[in-house]
Amino acid sequence: MSASLVSHLALLALLPPLLLGVITKTKAVLAGRRGPSVWQPYYDIHKLFRKEVALSATTTWIFVLAPVVGLVTALLAGLLVPLGPFEAPVAFAGDFVLFAYLLALGRFFTASAGLDTGSPFEGMGAARELGFSWLTEPALFFAFLALARLSGSLSLDGMLRASEGGAWLLRTAPLVLIAAGVLVVLLAECSRIPVDDPNTHLELTMIHEVMVLDHSGPLLGLVEYGAAAKLLVLEILLLHVIAPTAQVHGWPGLALFVVGLLAIAAGIGVIESVMARLRLLHVPTLLIAAVLSCGFAFLLLSR
Amino acid sequence: MTGGEGGSAPSPALLLLVGGSVLAAASGVPGLFLGWRSAWGARIAVGMVVVGSLSGLAGGLLAIAGARGDVLFLAAPVPGMEMRFGVDVLTGIFVLPVFLVGGLGSIYGARYWSPREHPRNGRRLRLCYGLLVASLAWITLARDGIVFLVAWEVMALTNFFLITTEDEDPTVRGAGWLYLLYSHVTILGLFALFLLERQIGGDFAFRGVPADVPYALRTAIFVLALVTFGIKAGAMPLHSWLPAAHASAPSHVSALMSGVVIKMGIYGLVRTCGVLASPPLGWGISLLAIGSLSAFLGVVFALGQHDIKRLLAYHSIENIGIILLGLGVAMVGRSLGRPEWVMLGMAGCLLHVWNHALFKALLFFGAGSVVHATGTRDLERMGGLARGMPATATLFLVGSLAICGLPPFNGFVSELFVYLGLVRAGVTPGSAWAALPAPVLAATGALAVACFVKVLGVVFLGTARSSEAKAGHESPPSMLVPMAVLGVACAVLGVAPGLVAPALERAAEAWSGGLLPGQSLAALAPLRWVSIAALTLVVAVMALGAAVIPVCLRARRRQPSLPTWGCGYAASSPRVQYTASSFAQIITSRFAWALRTRTHTPLIEGFFPASSSFRSATGDSVLDRFLLPAARRLKGTATRARVYHQGDLQQYVLYIVAAVILLLLSNVRLEWVVTQLCGR
Repeated sequence: MSASLVSHLALLALLPPLLLGVITKTKAVLAGRRGPSVWQPYYDIHKLFRKEVALSATTTWIFVLAPVVGLVTALLAGLLVPLGPFEAPVAFAGDFVLFAYLLALGRFFTASAGLDTGSPFEGMGAARELGFSWLTEPALFFAFLALARLSGSLSLDGMLRASEGGAWLLRTAPLVLIAAGVLVVLLAECSRIPVDDPNTHLELTMIHEVMVLDHSGPLLGLVEYGAAAKLLVLEILLLHVIAPTAQVHGWPGLALFVVGLLAIAAGIGVIESVMARLRLLHVPTLLIAAVLSCGFAFLLLSR
Repeated sequence: MTGGEGGSAPSPALLLLVGGSVLAAASGVPGLFLGWRSAWGARIAVGMVVVGSLSGLAGGLLAIAGARGDVLFLAAPVPGMEMRFGVDVLTGIFVLPVFLVGGLGSIYGARYWSPREHPRNGRRLRLCYGLLVASLAWITLARDGIVFLVAWEVMALTNFFLITTEDEDPTVRGAGWLYLLYSHVTILGLFALFLLERQIGGDFAFRGVPADVPYALRTAIFVLALVTFGIKAGAMPLHSWLPAAHASAPSHVSALMSGVVIKMGIYGLVRTCGVLASPPLGWGISLLAIGSLSAFLGVVFALGQHDIKRLLAYHSIENIGIILLGLGVAMVGRSLGRPEWVMLGMAGCLLHVWNHALFKALLFFGAGSVVHATGTRDLERMGGLARGMPATATLFLVGSLAICGLPPFNGFVSELFVYLGLVRAGVTPGSAWAALPAPVLAATGALAVACFVKVLGVVFLGTARSSEAKAGHESPPSMLVPMAVLGVACAVLGVAPGLVAPALERAAEAWSGGLLPGQSLAALAPLRWVSIAALTLVVAVMALGAAVIPVCLRARRRQPSLPTWGCGYAASSPRVQYTASSFAQIITSRFAWALRTRTHTPLIEGFFPASSSFRSATGDSVLDRFLLPAARRLKGTATRARVYHQGDLQQYVLYIVAAVILLLLSNVRLEWVVTQLCGR
């Protein structure tokens, strides 16, 4: 195992909670509070892993399996993306389909687990999660198509290099459109404002949080960790689109890449601070805008 | 039998296939001589279908492994004619699901439709079932138009009698008539298609149509094939017969119909597209358009259903769309001279034919077990069945994951091939448009996930919504084993797609007529990586699951009757759960323009409103909004012609005389009349 592979796995395993910490810290600072330490999510997950599980008698093994599948699929998807100057550990033609379908597999189980509890609130969350994802998928695929046309590659590792070199000077418009679309996909898939408010306390208005309401202890820890890993993976996607990340080689490049990821997390914190949540009925409009944005990027490149 | 072509004996593959199909065709006959309630008729039928299927499976495998395309002549009952049967790789590809699903369905049906529970229609069902399996095999074996048409008609008629098994129910009869109507249109189209082909080749059925045939004639053949075979396959605007028919038939017949029978439409289309030389680009594009439409709207309509079998039927339309997308990519590749698109598109098309047969049969068996256990097809009355029928629930989960195209199951592989074909076309300069179905397919996949989470969640998870659901019991092994076989096949094809790659390569090569020199599927598609990813996924989930499960088991032991957290509401009941309709409503409301759901909303007024109910039903928009109004208008116009139908015998004689005179006159040349008159 090469050093770059080890660092890839280590970052994938260790970085996710830090992103959540940075988002929370940014929001606190912008609200004029001190806020919890950026390491707080690590303590939280650690605490959850030591707790007991409370299992509703209604649930079946799908409820137990769902957090596991959610985490595993997010981490496996993370193996398909490059990290700054380091290439992806796994790259093959069509791996972007695997990427999208792995995340869909996680979603399938998370939503099924919501229905497994027999609670109306969790059914509501599951319906919303799936009711929005069918618009994020085509946006993501339009983005992939546009990136494939830019780079001429059929694997994520090559596609995400589309912004390298002078691409940002030559192909500004498509890249801006792709970045905007992917940002919306990220916000929707990771349940951030303006699609969903992770800090809300009313079950009726939540999406992701209400879907996992009945998970507790280590299971909840896995859910939180899986959600953070998904955030990391999608952030990596976004960062590659908006910045030519392979320009600085070797370890300094990787360090710079991690700084970039934290900066995006801070950016999400800023978005969450300055925006209100959209009405649920208006969320599809935002997502359709993302589809159109990525679709238009593809259109610009299709000559 | 009069022997093989050129004196050589027919190949073992062909003999096995013909023998197996004859055995299946005769399977229902002994039962006719036994009593209504006799279990022996059913046992003999199952035995014969199973033995016939094993023989057919062996023949199909041989055909795929190395068929030489030899032909068997049989003397026809009509003098001066002969019937031709043959095998090649495409026959093998399409005949394997026939015997696999046919044989398993027969085993499943033995308990599902046992003579004790259904003494009245059991004999008819078994007779027609065997004939249907045989006729499906004959369609793939037919090498001339007459055999094809006869087999097609046997398929259509036995199918009709199978759909109307429970003919005491008026909705079943309605579904049967609608199906029969569409079948008639199909057979008329087939007559026209084969006559056109005879005009060209001097021979019926699937002979080559060379490029020097006029463009208009070739296009006519393509369009006829697209419409007639499209009806049979259930492609989107031509699908109206399908949901009702598949919902009305007994579940093991639905499995065969949905998994295999509609594939005969695909078979015909694939054959016809294969023999048409130098296809113009427009044909591939129209296939891509119809495929996208079927895939997307198929799943949207499925989301609107709350009858479990109607829902699965609409998913057949979705999957036919995916298959057509594969065929479309291959056709576009042929038009533009891109062998790698042809290979990927054809591999995706044919593999999805197999995959859909496997997981759709599995799902229909699962739905049948649920219907058998609860006595209802209504999703809103189910819930919590995973507790009573854990094995069925698990197998249904496998089928759901496979049909959503999720790794590590087989649906992912064929969808990956189609995606790769589309995107390869999309990155090629000048053909970016060809990638446009890819985002549509992505949205379709996400909607399929939503739909199957709905089915799985509402049927098997949560708590029972009715007393029937509470009483749900596990199916006997004879119903579970066929499902398990299909589930294992889904997993094997998902983990090791390399096993079938050679067969797909050979079929694509044969289909394209030697356009693919030295193309290998493994070089174009990441078969090895798919296996690695699937195995990694399974191992990782199992490893992490093994860490979690002991903790959860301990929790269950310590607090066995813990309720679900009700957000502070203490008096929860199963009625507060999300229903199938409310779960899908966030999506279906976006598609109100297509679904045209009829709702009955109760009026709630006053401080103490009377108890009331909410109802909603999503019919088939094409049928309800276009076909039925058009038929009514046609009927209105036709009534006006009634004035000439007075029932008066003299009038009819007058019509006949007038018609004869007109016919005679039409044969007489005008100059001849003039010379005769003037010459005198």
